[in-house]
Amino acid sequence: MATWTWFHRFGSPPWVYGFAARWAPWFGAGAALCMIIALYGGLVLAPPDYQQKDAFRIVYIHAPSATLSLAVYSTMAVAAAVGLIWRMKVAHAAAAACAPIGAWFTVATLGTGMLWGKPMWGAYWVWDPRLTSELVLLFLYLGYMGLRAGIEDPQKADKASAVLAIVGAVNVPIIKYSVNWWNSLHQPATNKILGDPDMDWSMVWPLLLMLLAFFLYFGWVLLIRLRAELLRRERNASWIREVLA
Amino acid sequence: MRTGSLGVAQLVIARDLRLAFRKPSQLLQPLMFFMIVATLFPLTLTPELSRLRDAAPGVLWIGALLSSLLALEFLFREDAQDGTLEQFALSGQALTWMLFAKTCTHWLLTGLPLALSAPIVAVALGVPAGALWSLVAALALGGFALSLIGAISAGLTLGARRGGVLLSLLTLPLAVPILIFGADATQRAITGGEIAAPMYLLAAIAVLGVTLAPLAAAAAVRIGLE
Repeated sequence: MATWTWFHRFGSPPWVYGFAARWAPWFGAGAALCMIIALYGGLVLAPPDYQQKDAFRIVYIHAPSATLSLAVYSTMAVAAAVGLIWRMKVAHAAAAACAPIGAWFTVATLGTGMLWGKPMWGAYWVWDPRLTSELVLLFLYLGYMGLRAGIEDPQKADKASAVLAIVGAVNVPIIKYSVNWWNSLHQPATNKILGDPDMDWSMVWPLLLMLLAFFLYFGWVLLIRLRAELLRRERNASWIREVLA
Repeated sequence: MRTGSLGVAQLVIARDLRLAFRKPSQLLQPLMFFMIVATLFPLTLTPELSRLRDAAPGVLWIGALLSSLLALEFLFREDAQDGTLEQFALSGQALTWMLFAKTCTHWLLTGLPLALSAPIVAVALGVPAGALWSLVAALALGGFALSLIGAISAGLTLGARRGGVLLSLLTLPLAVPILIFGADATQRAITGGEIAAPMYLLAAIAVLGVTLAPLAAAAAVRIGLE
Protein backbone atom coordinates (compact mmCIF):
# COMPACT_ATOMS: atom_id res chain seq x y z
CA MET A 1 0.00 0.00 0.00
CA ALA A 2 2.06 2.87 -1.28
CA THR A 3 -0.34 5.50 -0.05
CA TRP A 4 0.38 4.57 3.55
CA THR A 5 4.14 4.88 3.41
CA TRP A 6 3.98 8.51 4.52
CA PHE A 7 2.22 7.38 7.66
CA HIS A 8 4.77 4.67 8.35
CA ARG A 9 7.63 7.08 7.95
CA PHE A 10 6.22 9.08 10.85
CA GLY A 11 6.75 6.00 12.99
CA SER A 12 10.49 6.16 12.52
CA PRO A 13 12.27 8.42 15.02
CA PRO A 14 15.33 9.18 12.81
CA TRP A 15 13.11 10.19 9.89
CA VAL A 16 10.93 12.40 12.10
CA TYR A 17 14.03 13.88 13.70
CA GLY A 18 15.31 14.91 10.29
CA PHE A 19 11.87 16.02 9.13
CA ALA A 20 11.49 18.26 12.18
CA ALA A 21 14.93 19.75 11.59
CA ARG A 22 14.05 20.57 7.97
CA TRP A 23 10.64 22.05 8.65
CA ALA A 24 11.12 23.91 11.94
CA PRO A 25 12.84 26.98 10.37
CA TRP A 26 10.01 27.38 7.83
CA PHE A 27 7.39 27.32 10.55
CA GLY A 28 9.46 29.76 12.62
CA ALA A 29 9.96 32.17 9.75
CA GLY A 30 6.30 31.97 8.71
CA ALA A 31 5.19 32.60 12.29
CA ALA A 32 7.50 35.61 12.64
CA LEU A 33 6.39 37.11 9.32
CA CYS A 34 2.66 36.66 10.00
CA MET A 35 3.05 37.94 13.55
CA ILE A 36 4.84 41.13 12.50
CA ILE A 37 2.25 41.93 9.81
CA ALA A 38 -0.64 41.07 12.13
CA LEU A 39 0.81 43.17 14.95
CA TYR A 40 1.20 46.12 12.61
CA GLY A 41 -2.34 45.62 11.35
CA GLY A 42 -3.75 45.19 14.84
CA LEU A 43 -1.84 47.82 16.76
CA VAL A 44 -1.44 50.52 14.11
CA LEU A 45 -3.85 50.13 11.21
CA ALA A 46 -6.97 48.95 13.04
CA PRO A 47 -9.07 51.79 14.47
CA PRO A 48 -9.72 51.95 18.23
CA ASP A 49 -12.92 50.27 19.35
CA TYR A 50 -15.76 52.75 19.87
CA GLN A 51 -16.43 51.45 23.38
CA GLN A 52 -13.19 49.94 24.62
CA LYS A 53 -10.84 52.33 22.85
CA ASP A 54 -7.33 50.90 22.59
CA ALA A 55 -7.85 48.33 25.34
CA PHE A 56 -9.52 45.96 22.87
CA ARG A 57 -6.19 45.42 21.10
CA ILE A 58 -5.20 42.75 23.61
CA VAL A 59 -7.65 40.55 21.70
CA TYR A 60 -4.88 39.98 19.16
CA ILE A 61 -3.00 37.96 21.76
CA HIS A 62 -5.89 36.76 23.90
CA ALA A 63 -8.18 35.18 21.30
CA PRO A 64 -5.48 33.27 19.37
CA SER A 65 -4.06 31.98 22.67
CA ALA A 66 -7.49 30.77 23.69
CA THR A 67 -8.00 28.99 20.36
CA LEU A 68 -4.59 27.40 20.57
CA SER A 69 -5.06 26.28 24.16
CA LEU A 70 -7.89 24.04 22.95
CA ALA A 71 -6.32 23.14 19.60
CA VAL A 72 -3.15 21.97 21.33
CA TYR A 73 -5.20 19.82 23.68
CA SER A 74 -6.95 18.20 20.72
CA THR A 75 -3.61 17.65 19.00
CA MET A 76 -2.26 16.10 22.16
CA ALA A 77 -5.26 13.80 22.56
CA VAL A 78 -5.09 12.70 18.89
CA ALA A 79 -1.35 12.07 19.16
CA ALA A 80 -1.90 10.14 22.38
CA ALA A 81 -4.63 8.03 20.76
CA VAL A 82 -2.42 7.31 17.75
CA GLY A 83 0.38 6.31 20.10
CA LEU A 84 -1.90 4.06 22.09
CA ILE A 85 -3.60 2.39 19.11
CA TRP A 86 -0.66 1.93 16.72
CA ARG A 87 2.00 1.82 19.45
CA MET A 88 3.92 4.63 17.79
CA LYS A 89 6.73 5.93 19.97
CA VAL A 90 6.93 9.15 17.98
CA ALA A 91 3.26 9.91 18.60
CA HIS A 92 3.77 9.56 22.36
CA ALA A 93 6.77 11.86 22.12
CA ALA A 94 4.65 14.39 20.21
CA ALA A 95 1.91 14.23 22.87
CA ALA A 96 4.51 14.77 25.57
CA ALA A 97 5.88 17.74 23.63
CA CYS A 98 2.41 19.27 23.24
CA ALA A 99 1.51 19.43 26.95
CA PRO A 100 3.79 22.26 28.15
CA ILE A 101 3.05 24.32 25.03
CA GLY A 102 -0.69 23.99 25.56
CA ALA A 103 -0.35 24.77 29.25
CA TRP A 104 1.53 27.99 28.42
CA PHE A 105 -1.07 29.02 25.86
CA THR A 106 -3.68 28.49 28.59
CA VAL A 107 -1.66 30.59 31.01
CA ALA A 108 -1.31 33.29 28.34
CA THR A 109 -5.07 33.23 27.77
CA LEU A 110 -5.78 33.59 31.46
CA GLY A 111 -3.13 36.28 31.93
CA THR A 112 -4.27 38.43 29.02
CA GLY A 113 -7.88 37.81 30.02
CA MET A 114 -7.17 39.15 33.50
CA LEU A 115 -5.35 42.19 32.14
CA TRP A 116 -8.28 42.84 29.82
CA GLY A 117 -10.81 42.23 32.57
CA LYS A 118 -9.39 44.92 34.85
CA PRO A 119 -10.32 47.92 32.65
CA MET A 120 -13.49 46.29 31.21
CA TRP A 121 -15.08 44.62 34.20
CA GLY A 122 -13.22 46.49 36.95
CA ALA A 123 -11.72 43.29 38.33
CA TYR A 124 -8.87 41.00 37.35
CA TRP A 125 -10.99 37.95 37.79
CA VAL A 126 -14.71 37.40 37.37
CA TRP A 127 -16.28 33.96 37.32
CA ASP A 128 -17.13 34.19 33.68
CA PRO A 129 -17.81 30.79 32.07
CA ARG A 130 -15.02 31.18 29.54
CA LEU A 131 -12.46 32.10 32.17
CA THR A 132 -13.59 29.31 34.44
CA SER A 133 -13.50 26.56 31.83
CA GLU A 134 -10.10 27.84 30.70
CA LEU A 135 -8.91 27.48 34.29
CA VAL A 136 -10.19 23.91 34.43
CA LEU A 137 -8.38 23.26 31.14
CA LEU A 138 -5.17 24.46 32.79
CA PHE A 139 -5.78 21.98 35.60
CA LEU A 140 -6.24 19.22 33.02
CA TYR A 141 -2.89 20.09 31.46
CA LEU A 142 -1.24 20.17 34.88
CA GLY A 143 -2.75 16.80 35.76
CA TYR A 144 -1.46 15.35 32.50
CA MET A 145 2.04 16.64 33.13
CA GLY A 146 1.86 15.57 36.77
CA LEU A 147 0.94 12.02 35.79
CA ARG A 148 3.80 11.92 33.26
CA ALA A 149 6.23 13.13 35.88
CA GLY A 150 4.88 10.79 38.54
CA ILE A 151 5.47 7.54 36.65
CA GLU A 152 9.10 6.52 36.33
CA ASP A 153 8.91 3.91 33.57
CA PRO A 154 8.72 6.04 30.39
CA GLN A 155 6.58 3.57 28.45
CA LYS A 156 4.09 3.25 31.27
CA ALA A 157 4.05 7.04 31.60
CA ASP A 158 3.33 7.33 27.86
CA LYS A 159 0.42 4.94 27.93
CA ALA A 160 -1.14 6.10 31.19
CA SER A 161 -0.98 9.75 30.19
CA ALA A 162 -2.42 8.83 26.79
CA VAL A 163 -5.48 7.32 28.49
CA LEU A 164 -5.79 10.45 30.60
CA ALA A 165 -5.54 12.72 27.54
CA ILE A 166 -8.36 10.81 25.83
CA VAL A 167 -10.54 10.80 28.96
CA GLY A 168 -9.90 14.54 29.26
CA ALA A 169 -10.83 15.10 25.62
CA VAL A 170 -14.20 13.39 26.21
CA ASN A 171 -14.68 15.54 29.29
CA VAL A 172 -13.72 18.94 27.89
CA PRO A 173 -17.07 19.58 26.13
CA ILE A 174 -19.00 18.33 29.18
CA ILE A 175 -17.04 20.68 31.44
CA LYS A 176 -17.56 23.52 28.98
CA TYR A 177 -21.35 23.05 28.90
CA SER A 178 -21.73 22.49 32.60
CA VAL A 179 -19.75 25.64 33.35
CA ASN A 180 -21.92 27.61 30.93
CA TRP A 181 -25.01 26.25 32.60
CA TRP A 182 -23.67 26.96 36.08
CA ASN A 183 -22.87 30.50 35.09
CA SER A 184 -26.24 31.21 33.51
CA LEU A 185 -27.76 30.32 36.88
CA HIS A 186 -25.63 32.55 39.03
CA GLN A 187 -24.70 35.45 36.85
CA PRO A 188 -27.57 36.72 34.72
CA ALA A 189 -25.63 39.31 32.71
CA THR A 190 -23.04 37.61 30.57
CA ASN A 191 -20.17 39.81 29.53
CA LYS A 192 -19.97 39.76 25.78
CA ILE A 193 -16.87 41.28 24.36
CA LEU A 194 -15.85 38.93 21.62
CA GLY A 195 -19.36 38.07 20.54
CA ASP A 196 -19.62 41.32 18.60
CA PRO A 197 -20.67 40.13 15.15
CA ASP A 198 -20.13 43.36 13.26
CA MET A 199 -16.45 43.86 13.93
CA ASP A 200 -14.90 45.91 11.20
CA TRP A 201 -12.85 44.06 8.59
CA SER A 202 -9.83 46.22 9.40
CA MET A 203 -10.00 44.75 12.91
CA VAL A 204 -10.72 41.19 11.79
CA TRP A 205 -7.96 40.49 9.27
CA PRO A 206 -5.12 41.07 11.75
CA LEU A 207 -6.90 38.71 14.13
CA LEU A 208 -7.13 35.96 11.52
CA LEU A 209 -3.54 36.48 10.48
CA MET A 210 -2.46 36.39 14.12
CA LEU A 211 -4.32 33.12 14.53
CA LEU A 212 -2.35 31.70 11.59
CA ALA A 213 0.84 33.05 13.14
CA PHE A 214 0.01 31.31 16.42
CA PHE A 215 -0.62 28.01 14.66
CA LEU A 216 2.69 28.31 12.83
CA TYR A 217 4.39 29.21 16.09
CA PHE A 218 2.86 26.14 17.71
CA GLY A 219 4.16 24.01 14.83
CA TRP A 220 7.61 25.53 15.20
CA VAL A 221 7.86 25.00 18.96
CA LEU A 222 6.32 21.54 18.67
CA LEU A 223 8.96 20.46 16.12
CA ILE A 224 11.77 21.79 18.31
CA ARG A 225 10.38 20.13 21.43
CA LEU A 226 9.75 16.93 19.51
CA ARG A 227 13.41 16.80 18.43
CA ALA A 228 14.53 17.33 22.02
CA GLU A 229 12.08 14.69 23.21
CA LEU A 230 13.33 12.19 20.59
CA LEU A 231 16.96 12.89 21.50
CA ARG A 232 16.19 12.22 25.14
CA ARG A 233 14.15 9.08 24.52
CA GLU A 234 16.43 7.53 21.91
CA ARG A 235 19.67 8.50 23.60
CA ASN A 236 20.95 4.92 23.49
CA ALA A 237 20.02 4.29 19.86
CA SER A 238 22.71 4.04 17.24
CA TRP A 239 21.11 6.54 14.84
CA ILE A 240 21.61 9.30 17.39
CA ARG A 241 25.34 8.74 17.29
CA GLU A 242 25.30 8.94 13.49
CA VAL A 243 23.18 12.11 13.50
CA LEU A 244 25.27 13.89 16.09
CA ALA A 245 28.63 12.75 14.70
CA MET B 1 -16.00 -24.63 33.72
CA ARG B 2 -16.07 -20.92 33.01
CA THR B 3 -18.06 -18.76 35.41
CA GLY B 4 -20.67 -16.53 33.78
CA SER B 5 -20.49 -12.74 33.85
CA LEU B 6 -23.06 -12.36 36.61
CA GLY B 7 -21.33 -15.00 38.66
CA VAL B 8 -18.05 -13.16 38.31
CA ALA B 9 -19.62 -9.90 39.39
CA GLN B 10 -21.17 -11.63 42.40
CA LEU B 11 -17.84 -13.11 43.40
CA VAL B 12 -16.03 -9.79 43.07
CA ILE B 13 -18.68 -7.92 45.02
CA ALA B 14 -18.86 -10.57 47.75
CA ARG B 15 -15.08 -10.59 48.10
CA ASP B 16 -14.80 -6.82 48.37
CA LEU B 17 -17.66 -6.58 50.83
CA ARG B 18 -16.16 -9.29 53.01
CA LEU B 19 -12.74 -7.65 52.97
CA ALA B 20 -14.26 -4.27 53.79
CA PHE B 21 -16.21 -5.54 56.77
CA ARG B 22 -13.09 -7.18 58.18
CA LYS B 23 -11.51 -3.71 58.31
CA PRO B 24 -14.34 -1.43 59.40
CA SER B 25 -12.04 1.48 60.22
CA GLN B 26 -11.29 1.89 56.52
CA LEU B 27 -15.03 2.23 55.92
CA LEU B 28 -15.60 4.74 58.69
CA GLN B 29 -12.65 7.00 58.01
CA PRO B 30 -14.04 8.73 54.87
CA LEU B 31 -17.34 9.28 56.71
CA MET B 32 -15.59 10.79 59.70
CA PHE B 33 -13.54 12.94 57.37
CA PHE B 34 -16.73 14.20 55.73
CA MET B 35 -18.22 15.15 59.11
CA ILE B 36 -15.04 16.91 60.23
CA VAL B 37 -14.78 18.91 57.00
CA ALA B 38 -18.40 19.96 57.40
CA THR B 39 -17.73 21.02 61.00
CA LEU B 40 -14.91 23.30 59.88
CA PHE B 41 -17.23 25.50 57.83
CA PRO B 42 -19.37 26.86 60.68
CA LEU B 43 -16.14 27.48 62.59
CA THR B 44 -14.61 29.45 59.76
CA LEU B 45 -17.63 31.07 58.11
CA THR B 46 -20.32 31.82 60.65
CA PRO B 47 -22.41 29.93 63.20
CA GLU B 48 -25.61 31.61 61.96
CA LEU B 49 -27.92 28.98 60.47
CA SER B 50 -29.43 31.35 57.94
CA ARG B 51 -26.06 32.09 56.39
CA LEU B 52 -24.87 28.50 56.68
CA ARG B 53 -27.93 27.41 54.74
CA ASP B 54 -26.70 29.45 51.77
CA ALA B 55 -23.33 27.76 51.94
CA ALA B 56 -24.74 24.28 52.63
CA PRO B 57 -24.70 22.93 49.01
CA GLY B 58 -21.06 23.87 48.63
CA VAL B 59 -20.09 22.49 52.03
CA LEU B 60 -21.88 19.19 51.45
CA TRP B 61 -20.59 18.62 47.94
CA ILE B 62 -17.01 19.68 48.56
CA GLY B 63 -17.00 17.51 51.68
CA ALA B 64 -18.39 14.58 49.69
CA LEU B 65 -15.87 15.11 46.89
CA LEU B 66 -12.87 15.27 49.24
CA SER B 67 -14.06 12.28 51.18
CA SER B 68 -14.55 10.27 47.99
CA LEU B 69 -11.02 11.19 46.90
CA LEU B 70 -9.75 9.88 50.21
CA ALA B 71 -11.65 6.65 49.71
CA LEU B 72 -10.37 6.20 46.14
CA GLU B 73 -6.96 5.42 47.56
CA PHE B 74 -8.32 2.07 48.74
CA LEU B 75 -10.04 1.20 45.48
CA PHE B 76 -7.17 -0.50 43.63
CA ARG B 77 -3.95 0.10 45.52
CA GLU B 78 -4.02 -2.83 47.96
CA ASP B 79 -5.29 -5.23 45.34
CA ALA B 80 -2.53 -4.14 43.00
CA GLN B 81 0.09 -4.64 45.69
CA ASP B 82 -0.98 -8.15 46.71
CA GLY B 83 -1.41 -9.30 43.10
CA THR B 84 -5.20 -9.60 43.08
CA LEU B 85 -5.59 -7.27 40.11
CA GLU B 86 -3.03 -9.31 38.22
CA GLN B 87 -5.12 -12.41 38.84
CA PHE B 88 -8.17 -10.50 37.63
CA ALA B 89 -6.38 -9.58 34.42
CA LEU B 90 -5.16 -13.14 33.86
CA SER B 91 -8.46 -14.81 34.78
CA GLY B 92 -9.79 -14.84 31.24
CA GLN B 93 -12.82 -12.86 32.37
CA ALA B 94 -13.45 -9.35 31.06
CA LEU B 95 -11.36 -7.02 33.20
CA THR B 96 -13.71 -4.15 32.32
CA TRP B 97 -16.63 -5.99 33.86
CA MET B 98 -14.74 -7.04 36.97
CA LEU B 99 -13.53 -3.51 37.60
CA PHE B 100 -17.04 -2.22 37.08
CA ALA B 101 -18.26 -4.64 39.76
CA LYS B 102 -15.43 -3.47 41.99
CA THR B 103 -16.31 0.19 41.42
CA CYS B 104 -19.97 -0.49 42.23
CA THR B 105 -18.93 -2.16 45.48
CA HIS B 106 -16.74 0.80 46.26
CA TRP B 107 -19.76 3.06 45.85
CA LEU B 108 -21.84 0.75 48.07
CA LEU B 109 -19.18 1.03 50.76
CA THR B 110 -18.32 4.73 50.52
CA GLY B 111 -20.67 6.79 48.33
CA LEU B 112 -23.92 5.32 49.59
CA PRO B 113 -23.11 5.52 53.33
CA LEU B 114 -21.96 9.08 52.79
CA ALA B 115 -25.21 10.01 51.06
CA LEU B 116 -27.20 8.35 53.84
CA SER B 117 -25.29 10.15 56.58
CA ALA B 118 -25.42 13.51 54.83
CA PRO B 119 -28.80 14.51 56.35
CA ILE B 120 -27.18 14.66 59.81
CA VAL B 121 -24.65 17.19 58.53
CA ALA B 122 -27.30 18.97 56.45
CA VAL B 123 -29.63 19.50 59.40
CA ALA B 124 -26.73 20.94 61.36
CA LEU B 125 -26.18 23.39 58.51
CA GLY B 126 -29.78 24.56 58.62
CA VAL B 127 -31.07 22.65 55.59
CA PRO B 128 -34.87 22.29 55.88
CA ALA B 129 -36.22 18.77 56.47
CA GLY B 130 -38.11 18.80 53.17
CA ALA B 131 -34.88 18.96 51.20
CA LEU B 132 -33.22 15.97 52.83
CA TRP B 133 -34.54 13.24 50.54
CA SER B 134 -33.48 15.16 47.45
CA LEU B 135 -30.08 15.65 49.03
CA VAL B 136 -29.65 11.93 49.65
CA ALA B 137 -30.73 11.12 46.09
CA ALA B 138 -28.41 13.71 44.54
CA LEU B 139 -25.43 12.65 46.64
CA ALA B 140 -26.04 8.97 45.93
CA LEU B 141 -26.24 9.57 42.19
CA GLY B 142 -23.36 12.04 42.12
CA GLY B 143 -21.29 9.75 44.33
CA PHE B 144 -21.78 6.91 41.85
CA ALA B 145 -20.54 9.11 39.00
CA LEU B 146 -17.61 10.21 41.15
CA SER B 147 -16.66 6.60 41.90
CA LEU B 148 -16.72 5.79 38.17
CA ILE B 149 -14.54 8.74 37.21
CA GLY B 150 -12.32 8.14 40.21
CA ALA B 151 -11.76 4.55 39.11
CA ILE B 152 -10.02 5.88 35.99
CA SER B 153 -7.64 8.09 37.96
CA ALA B 154 -7.09 5.40 40.59
CA GLY B 155 -6.08 3.04 37.79
CA LEU B 156 -3.85 5.62 36.15
CA THR B 157 -1.96 6.41 39.35
CA LEU B 158 -1.20 2.73 40.06
CA GLY B 159 2.14 3.10 38.31
CA ALA B 160 3.02 6.34 40.10
CA ARG B 161 5.21 6.37 43.17
CA ARG B 162 3.16 8.75 45.29
CA GLY B 163 -0.46 8.43 44.27
CA GLY B 164 -2.28 10.64 46.76
CA VAL B 165 -1.94 14.19 45.53
CA LEU B 166 -1.71 13.11 41.92
CA LEU B 167 -5.00 11.24 42.28
CA SER B 168 -6.72 14.46 43.39
CA LEU B 169 -5.03 16.48 40.66
CA LEU B 170 -6.38 14.10 38.01
CA THR B 171 -9.85 13.61 39.46
CA LEU B 172 -10.88 17.12 40.47
CA PRO B 173 -11.00 18.74 37.00
CA LEU B 174 -12.95 15.76 35.66
CA ALA B 175 -15.38 16.01 38.57
CA VAL B 176 -16.32 19.64 37.87
CA PRO B 177 -19.58 18.84 36.00
CA ILE B 178 -20.76 16.48 38.77
CA LEU B 179 -20.04 19.12 41.38
CA ILE B 180 -21.92 21.80 39.44
CA PHE B 181 -25.06 19.77 38.82
CA GLY B 182 -25.01 18.15 42.25
CA ALA B 183 -24.64 21.41 44.12
CA ASP B 184 -27.31 22.95 41.92
CA ALA B 185 -29.75 20.14 42.71
CA THR B 186 -29.11 20.64 46.42
CA GLN B 187 -29.44 24.39 46.11
CA ARG B 188 -32.80 24.02 44.39
CA ALA B 189 -33.99 21.51 46.98
CA ILE B 190 -33.12 23.93 49.80
CA THR B 191 -34.95 26.83 48.18
CA GLY B 192 -37.89 24.56 47.37
CA GLY B 193 -37.35 24.54 43.62
CA GLU B 194 -37.73 21.81 41.01
CA ILE B 195 -34.70 19.50 41.05
CA ALA B 196 -35.54 17.38 38.00
CA ALA B 197 -33.26 19.19 35.53
CA PRO B 198 -29.96 18.90 37.44
CA MET B 199 -30.87 15.35 38.51
CA TYR B 200 -31.38 14.33 34.87
CA LEU B 201 -28.02 15.83 34.00
CA LEU B 202 -26.36 14.04 36.91
CA ALA B 203 -27.98 10.82 35.73
CA ALA B 204 -26.75 11.48 32.19
CA ILE B 205 -23.20 11.86 33.47
CA ALA B 206 -23.57 8.67 35.51
CA VAL B 207 -24.83 6.77 32.43
CA LEU B 208 -21.96 8.07 30.35
CA GLY B 209 -19.65 7.05 33.18
CA VAL B 210 -21.09 3.53 33.30
CA THR B 211 -20.59 3.25 29.55
CA LEU B 212 -17.07 4.59 29.19
CA ALA B 213 -15.32 4.77 32.57
CA PRO B 214 -14.87 1.00 33.12
CA LEU B 215 -13.22 0.71 29.69
CA ALA B 216 -10.77 3.50 30.51
CA ALA B 217 -10.22 2.12 34.02
CA ALA B 218 -9.44 -1.35 32.64
CA ALA B 219 -7.00 0.14 30.13
CA ALA B 220 -5.39 2.14 32.94
CA VAL B 221 -5.11 -0.87 35.26
CA ARG B 222 -3.58 -3.00 32.48
CA ILE B 223 -0.95 -0.31 31.90
CA GLY B 224 -0.28 -0.10 35.63
CA LEU B 225 0.22 -3.88 35.85
CA GLU B 226 2.66 -4.15 32.94
